[in-house]
Amino acid sequence: MSKSRELLFATAFVAALAAPVLAGERPIGRVPTPEEIARWDIDARPDGLGLPPGRGTAREGEEIYLARCASCHGEFGEAVGRWPQLVGGQGSLTWDEPIKTVTSYWPYAPTVFDYIKRAMPFGDAQSLTDDEVYAITAFLLASDGIIPEDFVVDAESLPKIVMPNADGFIDDPRPDVPGGEPCMKDCVAEVVIVGHARKIGVTPEDKARPVTD
Amino acid sequence: MKEKNGEPLRRAALDRRTLLAAGGAAGAALAGKVAGASEATIPEELPDWSRYLGPGVDDEPYGKPSKYEAHVIRRTVEWLTASTESSINFTPLPWLNGIITPNGVFFERHHGGRAEIDPSAHRLLIHGLVEKPLVYTMEDLKRLPCEDRIWFIECAANGGMEWRGAQLDGCQYVRGMIGCAQWTGVRLKTLLERSGLKPNAKWVLAEGADASALTRSFPIEKALDDAFVAYAQNGEALRPGQGYPVRLILPGWEANMSVKWLRRIEVGDAPWYTRWETSKYTDLLPTGKAYKFTWVQEANSVVTWPAPEHKVDGPGQYTIRGLAWSGRGRIVRVDLTFDGGKNWVTAPLEEPILPKALTRFYYPWRWDGSTTIIASRAIDETGYVQPTIAQLRNARGRNSIYHNNAIVTWLVNASGEVENVQVA
Ligand code: HEC
Repeated sequence: MSKSRELLFATAFVAALAAPVLAGERPIGRVPTPEEIARWDIDARPDGLGLPPGRGTAREGEEIYLARCASCHGEFGEAVGRWPQLVGGQGSLTWDEPIKTVTSYWPYAPTVFDYIKRAMPFGDAQSLTDDEVYAITAFLLASDGIIPEDFVVDAESLPKIVMPNADGFIDDPRPDVPGGEPCMKDCVAEVVIVGHARKIGVTPEDKARPVTD
Repeated sequence: MKEKNGEPLRRAALDRRTLLAAGGAAGAALAGKVAGASEATIPEELPDWSRYLGPGVDDEPYGKPSKYEAHVIRRTVEWLTASTESSINFTPLPWLNGIITPNGVFFERHHGGRAEIDPSAHRLLIHGLVEKPLVYTMEDLKRLPCEDRIWFIECAANGGMEWRGAQLDGCQYVRGMIGCAQWTGVRLKTLLERSGLKPNAKWVLAEGADASALTRSFPIEKALDDAFVAYAQNGEALRPGQGYPVRLILPGWEANMSVKWLRRIEVGDAPWYTRWETSKYTDLLPTGKAYKFTWVQEANSVVTWPAPEHKVDGPGQYTIRGLAWSGRGRIVRVDLTFDGGKNWVTAPLEEPILPKALTRFYYPWRWDGSTTIIASRAIDETGYVQPTIAQLRNARGRNSIYHNNAIVTWLVNASGEVENVQVA
């Protein structure tokens, strides 16, 4: 859009939006009641903002975890098949094959509560009570030694738990590659092919995919 | 079947086609003369479609591509994830043209399957650090000032399988986690201004209504800049896989943040550090530390013809086709190499060249039949130059999964077959 047109447009919109609502006019949007907002406002932040009342311990969480989660994530959070592993891998982040789990990688404990409450169990989301989510959170953290087994997890205590990888994150420094005018002529002495996708052989075979010109 | 005008004729055409198919070798030979010929000869036989009537206007209320284009579909890589409901499919870039991705083949990434939402039951809630929380119906949203904008949406993991080496042998798999469309909707700024921001409003949380209730948070500056709430894509309502009836778009930033099935916007004073901005979508380095809040999709490009899905059918004159894009703005230049990066030439860009949108480049190419190593390199208006995979690995190692915008290299061998390779 040209600058003048943009201005014209913006002025028209602001005028329309700022005009007082006349009696009998249908308003755009409705002010929801606090109860309505509470129905959807399920998020919890690292500082604990949004954590609901309730409590749970690892001991209480174990039974619920085994019933609702272990079929995919394994009895000890070690994962069944290719479902995500939840526990273990502390100290592995510098390895050639790092193991990123809740206990090895996640920086904040309240995020565990937030995520389980909103999305798990996979396929039956938001079916757990807040007590159950607290208890499962405690179970996962206790099973990798982050809290003791009888530790009571609630809105008070959860934000205070220091996760092993709490200091593991740095702000995005990109661009992190060389800049400047790129080379156009005789840029490398010798070109060596170091990787062939066909030799790896993991591309899906698709009979319907023609090789066309 | 009801007798209508033209019906008997159409049936006659069908019968003849069935006859041809049943005719076996003779029929196939005949059909081959008409359709299969790759040489530009004019066939002796008049083809069926030039003689008999085609279907009328009532057989296909919503049209589909020709059956001869059946290979132009989204594909998945089965081994990537445990379930298709939390997985990704890829846009068939090597067969697409222009800069607009058709809605039916726009890549999809879901964390809890593709939600099917009744728009009359959908609501968008704006609350948190605002003077007046508001809840909108879809009808409400469409009464607000609307705009049309062309932007790409690219998954942060595009190219992610190539960090450790050339792995997937297809342009679709190597760069297909991207699509570009014309979006219609409302600026998020309009919605926030209608509710009135409180002075300590610094961050915004967006939440989806799908079974993963996906949440991402982002700074208020982006919300008041180009953040967009879209309900239409390329002229029609969003497809369910793109967040029908309404999604967020954060132009130029990783697609995970463009929350689909948008149901809630909460304004706060600090980031939320949701699971999708800590456990996922952070870039792990060899030191064990990880980049966080890596939002922008840096400049990138790929040659879409030739590509592993295509064969170069003998020496001669061809047209190289490719795409370039940058989450920081406009593409200003694309260079091509035919010798694996020793020497480069600049390819002209095709109009339109829009910020944060796919940009096309074409280049005339005479193939002499010898082994050729083709690659493209994009430069955007900030001066950022698309890096080599070696430069990226030097900065981030091999385990960062996301944001691999390295130069993509195709090896054309002497028989004209094309392979995904990496060069040093
Ligand atoms: C049917 C299989 C299944 C069941 C049962 C299940 N999950 Fe999951 N879980 C998944 C999948 C799939 C994901 C990844 C989802 C995605 O891609 O966003 C996941 C992700 C997670 C994550 C995040 C992992 C990460 O590293 O980001 C946690 C934590 C989790 N699940 C906890 C639970 C808990 C607690 C339960 C029981 C209440 C549970 N899950 C039940 C399949 C399952």
